[in-house]
Amino acid sequence: MTPEVLTLSNTPLLYTVAMLAKIVVAFVVTLLIVAYATWCERKIIGRMQTRCGPTMTGPKGLLQPIADGLKLFFKEDIIPAEAHWLAFILAPMMILAPAFVAICVIPFGADFHFTYDGVLYAVPLQIADLNIGVLFILAMAGLGVYGIVLAGLASNSKYSLLGGIRSTAQMISYELAAGLSIIAVFMLAETLSMRGLVEAQMEPLWGVIDFLPNWYIFTQPLAFALFVVGSMAEVNRTPFDLPEAETELVSGFCTEYSSMKYALFFMAEYANMVTVSAIATTLFLGGWSGPLFGWMNFLIKVFAFMFFFIWVRATFPRLRYDQLMYLGWKIMLPLSLANIVVTGVAILLF
Amino acid sequence: MEAILFYLTALVAVVASFFVVKCRNPINSALCLVTNFICLAVLYVMLEAPFMAAIQIMVYAGAIMVLIIFVIMLLQLASVNKKAYTHGILGGGVLAALMLVLTNRFIAGGEATGTGGEITSEVIQSVGHTELIGRAMFTDFLLPFEIASILLLVAIIGAVILSKREI
Repeated sequence: MTPEVLTLSNTPLLYTVAMLAKIVVAFVVTLLIVAYATWCERKIIGRMQTRCGPTMTGPKGLLQPIADGLKLFFKEDIIPAEAHWLAFILAPMMILAPAFVAICVIPFGADFHFTYDGVLYAVPLQIADLNIGVLFILAMAGLGVYGIVLAGLASNSKYSLLGGIRSTAQMISYELAAGLSIIAVFMLAETLSMRGLVEAQMEPLWGVIDFLPNWYIFTQPLAFALFVVGSMAEVNRTPFDLPEAETELVSGFCTEYSSMKYALFFMAEYANMVTVSAIATTLFLGGWSGPLFGWMNFLIKVFAFMFFFIWVRATFPRLRYDQLMYLGWKIMLPLSLANIVVTGVAILLF
Repeated sequence: MEAILFYLTALVAVVASFFVVKCRNPINSALCLVTNFICLAVLYVMLEAPFMAAIQIMVYAGAIMVLIIFVIMLLQLASVNKKAYTHGILGGGVLAALMLVLTNRFIAGGEATGTGGEITSEVIQSVGHTELIGRAMFTDFLLPFEIASILLLVAIIGAVILSKREI
């Protein structure tokens, strides 16, 4: 019996319930990952620098994220007198919202089947299967810049402004390279839908090698590398954290922020990290495909990616600004263009 | 339901574009422009054109970001307030009205279907929206597409000349 896909027209009530459940679960899980990513980051970097990291709050410091959240929540919320207050309040929201919205097009498991009234229904484990999924994510990434720039402008402080401008230049440069590197993947998969991309990666590699899946990391290693470096720059992680460089800019665009607003910036950085890891998993590492249950495979790959991000932060020093621009425009952009051309020729020949 | 959503979005779009002209601070103007473009993206989604919506946000979000950067770099932040200029606004208004009439003519003429036949919801469902755009752009509308790229080339050269005046 082939299952019927749950839609608004065949079972409106069930569909609404399933949709709400998916949204709540995705949101809560992302928030949890964001909270505990901070704990993991402090622990892992602590170990890498032969320290212990947080140990005092709860067993092994596990309650540390909650303590941090409470501390920031009860701090005084300061808005500088000379700041542009509306933009100042809007900025943290504008940076956090796109990061969470982008989660909704990511498929996190195979279809979930259940029987109701004698009919077998299938619920896709994805909030919205847009047929332009990846473009939607790129669009949201583009909107994320506004939060940072607005924060920089609205604070009316030199450090914040410098941080804001740096981040714009950086994001515009690296968005190009990251966006272009994904195009090669589309050319292979011939679809823009995230679900379609995962399904295309489930076959054996190049249709002949049985023991390896057709993950695009094997076919497109260069695109994968470009995407990872580009997205690292887009989420302002070390070694690309020039917008908030503590040593020279005193935290850059979030210098003037305090209390919950500062916490929102902090959360946005980790939420972006989760989103980027999820996108990289879906595009290059076969999404939910693997030996375990769908969502388990997916989470394992996402966590591996986040570990990689943290590892990089502990390993590399910050780039200089001219090196950053050089890398973006003179190395990554030509490489991603060349990758598209080579992929096109290969598709034409084989 | 859809009509209510349309009117709400249209209202926000019109109000935002009014403030693009009205705001004294160019950065506020730019932000209103972004709001307007996001509303347009919503309208595209309602017209079953999600590709256009995504491209609208991607391209224009980046473009306006550059605009904001130029405002910060070229005008000093302290003196960014525009002076009141009525003639420019009047001229722009007349031009916009003319464009509206022109666009209405084109829409009423129904010239934009191309050789693929009528584009209905069923066709979009079966072929795919992105494929339809690609096909139309590289077959029926190839010449306008190439002309647009020449326009971009001119803009690039102009920007280079403006910024490197000494050479």
